[in-house]
Amino acid sequence: MGDSSDEEYLGTDWLAYSERSDWEDVQPLAQDDGPNPVVSIAYSQKFREVFDYMRAIIARGEKSQRALDLTTDALRLNPANYTVWQYRRDVLRELKADLYAELDYLTEVIGQNSKNYQVWHHRRVIVEMLNDPSNELELTENALVNDGDAKNYHAWQHRQWAIRSFNLYDDELSFVDRLISEDQRNNSAWNQRFFVIKHFGFTPELIQRELSYTMNRIRIIKNNESAWNYLVGVMRQGDSGNALLSSYPDVVDFVEELYQAGNRSPYLLAFLIDLYQEQALQLKASDSDQLARKVYGLCEDMATKHDVIRRKYWQYVANHLKNQLSTVEQK
Amino acid sequence: MGTEEELMFRNFQRLKSYIFDDEKVSTTTSREQQKTESSVEKCFDRFEQIMFTDPRLTQIFRLEHQYYLDAMLRRLPSNYECLDSSRAWCVYWILQAAQLLSFNFDDQTLNHVVQFLSNCRSPTGGFGGGPGQYAHLAPTYAAVNSLCIIGSEQAYRAIDRPTLVQFLFSVRDSDGSFRLHVDGETDVRGAYCAISCAKLLNLPEPVIKELFAGTGDWIAQCQTYEGGFGGAPGLEAHGGYTFCGIAGLALLNEADKCDRQALLKWTLRRQMTYEGGFQGRTNKLVDGCYSFWVGATIPITQATLSGVDKQMEHTLFDVEALQEYILLCCQKQSGGLIDKPGKPQDLYHTCYTLSGVSIAQHSECASSPQVLGDTINELLPTHPLFNIPPKSVAAARSHFSNSNDTEFLGKDSPSKEES
Repeated sequence: MGDSSDEEYLGTDWLAYSERSDWEDVQPLAQDDGPNPVVSIAYSQKFREVFDYMRAIIARGEKSQRALDLTTDALRLNPANYTVWQYRRDVLRELKADLYAELDYLTEVIGQNSKNYQVWHHRRVIVEMLNDPSNELELTENALVNDGDAKNYHAWQHRQWAIRSFNLYDDELSFVDRLISEDQRNNSAWNQRFFVIKHFGFTPELIQRELSYTMNRIRIIKNNESAWNYLVGVMRQGDSGNALLSSYPDVVDFVEELYQAGNRSPYLLAFLIDLYQEQALQLKASDSDQLARKVYGLCEDMATKHDVIRRKYWQYVANHLKNQLSTVEQK
Repeated sequence: MGTEEELMFRNFQRLKSYIFDDEKVSTTTSREQQKTESSVEKCFDRFEQIMFTDPRLTQIFRLEHQYYLDAMLRRLPSNYECLDSSRAWCVYWILQAAQLLSFNFDDQTLNHVVQFLSNCRSPTGGFGGGPGQYAHLAPTYAAVNSLCIIGSEQAYRAIDRPTLVQFLFSVRDSDGSFRLHVDGETDVRGAYCAISCAKLLNLPEPVIKELFAGTGDWIAQCQTYEGGFGGAPGLEAHGGYTFCGIAGLALLNEADKCDRQALLKWTLRRQMTYEGGFQGRTNKLVDGCYSFWVGATIPITQATLSGVDKQMEHTLFDVEALQEYILLCCQKQSGGLIDKPGKPQDLYHTCYTLSGVSIAQHSECASSPQVLGDTINELLPTHPLFNIPPKSVAAARSHFSNSNDTEFLGKDSPSKEES
């Protein structure tokens, strides 16, 4: 980076601020690192100079077009500098600048720095000032789909904010379905699906539809944690958030059939453990014994074969159930 | 090691049966996972091939890491320009990693660090990421942690608690959430950084009560259907934000506001079956930094449950497999640690991999450390809630408890200004 910066610095395209006549009135302000600097960064000449001018401009509180242009140079060098972004917002407000031009600028900057907190936050503030979300779904779709990172956390955060703030839910389910179709293991898409369904409300009909949707995808990839987590997450939404797994006989049948067919996905086994554990705690002592033994057997299988790295957890689950059942019997 | 059962490296040949199976449905996720497992497999295979002829392979490269940290404290290379707003973080990552390795900087150097951090203070309270930069909760957390690690009178004096409190109130929103800086973004990192500083500096209880009214409820809303926490309500469960969520709640004594059994299950599932390290989100790749973010979440969560469940006193994650991943896959021979094989070393991953090793080794408080490989691999403990040495936490809280009356008694109440 240093080499390329130096080349750019010495190239014909870049004119040092100290050599620009329209900046003669500004005395650059060096960083105050004190007499004994630590964690000193080996700044390129360009970086050092641009930020010396940036500090000078902030110190005198100048809010002008040239100050805005200076922030552009500074942010190209370090898009993570939240002080410069905040100052840029102050300048934009003071100048009553064309915020649509700012959106165009941001589209480019986000394209180059899509995993940066500051660029997405700045975008959000500008959109709030404009009260115009018309580009946000396309922008985030570009970041997630076209730029090849379908799990970009900042893009999803921005998308959720725009959808929630401006009620843009209508087409989100089809967008999510497309992403899940492209990569069923894309957990971010499943999370977004939950976000949308939650907005519309987990009615019994919607729960059933989502469970069918998920089971159909588990049929294709059986060992996909995203689908299993979503399945259980949706099931828990029933009965105002207190639903038991056993209250969904279709799902129980589906899972038990997979088990009978020989599938030993740890997520499937964990589901059965949760199911039988719940049932064991619901039933009378004599009936729960059989279910408890199923739990102990499955936990043993997990600990010794299918999920060895979590063996201590599965030992804990079995012991925990034993304690719970003995407590129940004492009552 | 004494009477404790000796920790063993796993049988890497048998382990291959757990390598990812894409069930004949190849997607971006499965291809990336297989590529990562392949690079980890090379590390494991190499270890098996030469472990008997090169005993250093079972060791933490202490001296090399110490040299790396020492050099970086003095001078950061030009590719750190992108962290020019995180220099307080760089200090913290270096000091914390050095502590874990039992490496002490000389007093003069530490005084220079204190001077530097003092230079990062903001007139409005809190610390910026570098001299002259606006106050921001993340470098404030890093600076406070660093000064408490140093623990000298000079270091403590560098923290201006009254103006820090003003800063904390200035970034607080009415719903109890925290922006990272004035006019900045809101997420659970802000809440955690604010709570951690407030607790470490032993702010008076009435101040804490007012400052964090509603914060526990806001954090609890970040828990997702998966069981982990997202950065804000509705966002995907993520290891870093999960740590901030449960650590924040635990520090506020409000952990019962979340579903801890769901959290525990989700968190334990982040440990990768083959690699042994942790991923940060479901179906994402292993990354050395989650050794701490996710690794620490487990003992924190268990601690909040241990009052009602004695079994929770024994850590439930595989402490050997985690140490194995870091020892064999995350160390650079030249010093510094990394995310995963193929990545360059950096200060962030050096700090959080070593912190993760420390959590793995010391999470059983009642027994001796569980050290994989040579006994020399034992690191010093770190406090899972603050990620600085436990003795530094105790010393800071003791120091500042003696300061509460003189600094806050009779003062005007902190500004209620909210952004």
